[in-house]
Amino acid sequence: MDGTPVGRRVFLGLAAFGVSGILWGSKAAGFMERLLAPVAAKDGSGILGLLPIGRFRIYSIIGTLPSRATADWHLTVDGLAGAPYTIGWDELLALPSVELTKDFQCVTGWRVLQVKWKGVRLADVIARAAPQAGATAVEIESFDGAYTETLTLEQARRDDVIVAYELEGKPISAAHGGPVRLYVAPMYGYKSLKWLQRITLVAKPEPGYWEQQGYDVDAWIGKSNGRSDEPA
Amino acid sequence: MGLRGLHQPPPREGGLERFDRTERWLHWVNATLVGVLVGTGAVLYWGDLASLVGRRALIKEIHVIAGLSLPIPFLLALPGRRGRALRRDLGALNRFSPDDFRWLRSRGADRSVRLGKFNPGQKLNSAFVAAALLTMLATGSVLKFFSPFPLSWRTGATFVHDWTALALGLAITGHILLAVGDPEALRGMVFGRVPAAWARRKRPRWHDDLTGGDVSAEPVGSATPGP
Repeated sequence: MDGTPVGRRVFLGLAAFGVSGILWGSKAAGFMERLLAPVAAKDGSGILGLLPIGRFRIYSIIGTLPSRATADWHLTVDGLAGAPYTIGWDELLALPSVELTKDFQCVTGWRVLQVKWKGVRLADVIARAAPQAGATAVEIESFDGAYTETLTLEQARRDDVIVAYELEGKPISAAHGGPVRLYVAPMYGYKSLKWLQRITLVAKPEPGYWEQQGYDVDAWIGKSNGRSDEPA
Repeated sequence: MGLRGLHQPPPREGGLERFDRTERWLHWVNATLVGVLVGTGAVLYWGDLASLVGRRALIKEIHVIAGLSLPIPFLLALPGRRGRALRRDLGALNRFSPDDFRWLRSRGADRSVRLGKFNPGQKLNSAFVAAALLTMLATGSVLKFFSPFPLSWRTGATFVHDWTALALGLAITGHILLAVGDPEALRGMVFGRVPAAWARRKRPRWHDDLTGGDVSAEPVGSATPGP
């Protein structure tokens, strides 16, 4: 068969370009986010919203997606606490609420701009349990049965760290960690534990799930995990 | 509309053989896998669709299994005697004739061009789709089995997987629209044969290769006369 072997060259060229993107894609992704995310945010038609920028990606460390009805959901705060307690959905909603609109930055690179959250300050949730003098940190546990996180008490008491139950004005879906999750604005997404069920006051915290796999315990955006993102 | 041609009885005897059994099997098995990947991928990608369908974990499982299965039909179809027509056609997709370059320069408008079995658009599309599927398989595997790789690989794989999916979706949409717009070509991929007149009009060089160039010649495949 005669003719120029163009097909093979196109195939090999495109395949090499695509597969090597595993190596150069993180830089390109950052560039595209900076370039397009501000445009997409102002785009009324929603067409740019279909593009793979500025959108949440759903991760779960267990095989399935945990879900729990609000009626069956409880939060326990215990450990080194003078007044350990367990509350349900209605009691959580009765606590003084705060709203927070900030970027959500994942340590794998994606960022969602100006996400609106509503919830209760983690500081208030912890204070209600009357922490004992020896408590220095909290271990936080998900009802997926596997995910854990930690915060120092100082970090947990920041105003931009909340126990969230609304995302963009709606109840938080199971995929986004509902009914109740953590939102730790100044840190990478893995600190914002999904499917929250337990907060334990401790003196020496066990590192959380990702920290045991080498991620930084103090996950400040732009100042940890070897990344240089803008703070949220 | 364009699909009406499919309701006619298949031309088992008349016409020219365009795709053999192996090629058609590979095309439709691969199309099914890709269809499943597009469907499940869309659900995983668009949050609204995901909350509508629910069962995200199951959808993800199906997506991963279909994706990892992609090479299997190719590996089954390519080797040995059964893969002869397929390998020959891959060769035809690879080679661009001087007529093909003229067709590309005129964007298909040059009527004096005599095309072989595939037009250059089909050739470029097949090269793109093959590269895109390989890219999706590689990046998808990094996303699925991320733990041994650096964090930046996962970011890069996410980026490439998303944008390649978008480009592949456009290519597949174009492919389907063109097939529906040319029912005789579509019947060629369903039943394996195309009318000689279609081949003479659209793929004259291929037609002449098969029939020896004689317009009045009996098409290949109808050599055994019926009762």
